[in-house]
Amino acid sequence: MAELKLIGGYPEYMRESIKLVEKTRPKRVGKLPPQMTMEEREEILNLCHPDYAPGGKRPISIGPNKGDIAPNEVVDLLEAYPLIEPDEIDLNHVDYDVDILIIGGGLAGTSAALLANDSGIPVNRILLATKLRHGDSNSIMAQGGTQAADRPEDSPVIHYIDTMGGGHFANKPDVVKALVEDAPKVIKWLCDLGAMFDRDKNGNFVELSGGGASRKRMHACRDYTGMEELRVLRDEFRNRGIPVLEYYPAIELLTDGDNRVTGAILVNLETDEYKIVRAKAVILATGGFGRLHIRGFPTTNHYGATADGLVLAYRAGAKLRDTDTVQYHPTGAVYPQQIVGLLLTEKLRTAGAQPVNKYGEAFVFPLEPRDVEAAAIIRECYIRDNGIVTPTGLRGVWLDTPLIEIVQGKGYIEKSFPAMVRMFKRFGIDITKDPVLVFPTLHYQNGGVETDPWGRTNVEGLWVAGEVSGGVHGKNRLMGNSTLDCMVFGRRAGMSAAEYVKSYKGDGRLTLDHVKRYIKMLQDAGIKPDRRSPILLPDYRGKRVLARMIDIF
Amino acid sequence: MEDRKSIMDRIAETSKVATTGVDEKDIEHWVTIYIMGKAYKVPAALTIMQAMEYAGYRFIRSCGCRAGFCGACATVYRKEGDYKLHAVLACQTRVEDGMYLVQIPFAPAEKATYDINSERCDISTVLKYYPELARCVSCNTCTKACPQDLQVMDYIQAALRGDLATAANESFDCVQCGLCAIRCPAEIVHYHVSQLIRRLYGKYQLPEEQNLKKRIEEIESGKYEEEFKKVMSLSREELEKLYVEQQKTREVY
Repeated sequence: MAELKLIGGYPEYMRESIKLVEKTRPKRVGKLPPQMTMEEREEILNLCHPDYAPGGKRPISIGPNKGDIAPNEVVDLLEAYPLIEPDEIDLNHVDYDVDILIIGGGLAGTSAALLANDSGIPVNRILLATKLRHGDSNSIMAQGGTQAADRPEDSPVIHYIDTMGGGHFANKPDVVKALVEDAPKVIKWLCDLGAMFDRDKNGNFVELSGGGASRKRMHACRDYTGMEELRVLRDEFRNRGIPVLEYYPAIELLTDGDNRVTGAILVNLETDEYKIVRAKAVILATGGFGRLHIRGFPTTNHYGATADGLVLAYRAGAKLRDTDTVQYHPTGAVYPQQIVGLLLTEKLRTAGAQPVNKYGEAFVFPLEPRDVEAAAIIRECYIRDNGIVTPTGLRGVWLDTPLIEIVQGKGYIEKSFPAMVRMFKRFGIDITKDPVLVFPTLHYQNGGVETDPWGRTNVEGLWVAGEVSGGVHGKNRLMGNSTLDCMVFGRRAGMSAAEYVKSYKGDGRLTLDHVKRYIKMLQDAGIKPDRRSPILLPDYRGKRVLARMIDIF
Repeated sequence: MEDRKSIMDRIAETSKVATTGVDEKDIEHWVTIYIMGKAYKVPAALTIMQAMEYAGYRFIRSCGCRAGFCGACATVYRKEGDYKLHAVLACQTRVEDGMYLVQIPFAPAEKATYDINSERCDISTVLKYYPELARCVSCNTCTKACPQDLQVMDYIQAALRGDLATAANESFDCVQCGLCAIRCPAEIVHYHVSQLIRRLYGKYQLPEEQNLKKRIEEIESGKYEEEFKKVMSLSREELEKLYVEQQKTREVY
């Protein structure tokens, strides 16, 4: 059978539906479905948000969060044995002896390194280790923007209230206050380092709204916001000559035997050789868990998003929080097959794109908080059966992108969404002329290692920043608060760890006692040694090859 | 109505193509690609990256964001019977029958170090750190090698004319994959050059934003402390009421 004939990237049957979208488009301009009330939000979440549907989760059976609920995929990693045999590791030979070890090379880790250096830690006393290349992270993929309440109509308090409401009021208040108060400072820091945020003709920031944000406060760099922020900070990092180890994931933290973190074991991904790092302070900035494919969802996340930091911190005794919620971004690609799960920035909706069903009907206010918006799209596809089915059996609704230029003027899409235009053009679709097919996709780890406003955890010597941390976003993060989180708490962790180092009283003993204790807990709980973690990388190899693979080296 | 759990299971089942890899039995259309000269039959609907995984590769290098933003998966290929060397991102390119491909996991390139706070914002700074820029012969090989379809030679030429604004804006969508630098006969490292240019432009040519400046002064003067104290002492119900009122005053477009 020949492959499906495509017209402008879409098969004929989708074209039929696109005609209906085109037909209703003029009538939808400026007319949005009403925002949901709090009761309606609750109702739709219960009806069809993946977090609220039965199954998919279980209680954690050991450790500081015993009894807390988390996705099965996360509990599987927490209830797993280490990659190493503690007694087989030689801790007497220290390869790197530093003041601050930063694990993770995204926005949070890079910010932490810069601020540690600004706070008086010499560059050769800092080490940044990262699993992939410096910058290969979820940060670099952030498209839509970074929130900062800097317009006269807005205030940090308004930003605070939006963030708390979006998070179902489960957020840690003092941490949220730090987030919103530091936000303008972070934008200024980036501008001073040379970041190019979108400006209007008078040189003022172009600021857009976001799901659940009551004011326009999204600072964007086209739809490459995270990429611009990260490459500027990384360039500054490189100019200062801060040491970095790429392709060196951490596979275990080290402690002094007395619940104080004193270093980590890294492994060279290419040679499998391990390295011992002694550090007075360790900052975990390892990101989230999208590549665990929670509930079997595709993800927007980068290749290394495998929850390593959660596992390492938990074994060292760190408390987690809000592990029960997962963020599904409302608009992931479902067609064409090559890009299933990839992010279509929320900025498209802030600029005017509307989700519409196969009949071309708008069915939800386009800028509800993400969990609510995602649930509404799932309802449209699976309960009301108004979705479009793709040739591979996925369902989605249209995101009516051509509407953007009716609202914002011709040429706007090309100027503001070069990444989106490019992604679809590569597969034959022109988003300025045709809508795109979307469905919720696994996007963000809302919870994580509990932190205070300075990135400190309950374990001495251990800081966290960015997606690995929990508390600031409560049960649901708002658009534009993640890159912000990375930089605010990366900076704070760098500063705080630097202060700690200056009055350091530890003896720097290196042990794996916490890991031994953890293994004992696993055994006592009757957990079989058939799972090991951290997993470091997902595995997408073909089944047929795996079935015939032999171990010859 | 289908129950909620079975809806989730159905979504997971149909998403397998993006979560656990494809199942041979569902595949009708196949192509043959040559990974470093070795032939592999792979499903026709995959990207180069997915196809390599299907063929048995488990990436350490040459795989980062998997969405076209990080530049880790720079790949070059030729098609059977065609002289042209194509440069693409493996995660953003569908396989085609007869592709002979190799990934470029690393681009050796010298990056200058500078203190952005003490540089002049003009082309002399760029030439001071990257004198080889003047060796550009306008051959346009860089442009042809760019998987982002940027006008690389044009922005290099704009920079040489002293027009840093054009160079900064035209280079903006660069994912720093390194393909331009590897192909350039003048041995220019375009992506480091343009990084310097964008930082100079962003720092010195974009005006200081006045709202931002004012807001930072307000925060530092403690202007919001009282209000924060009030809001943070509210009960959950009171805060929710405030939130609902605030959502009604939303700025949308």
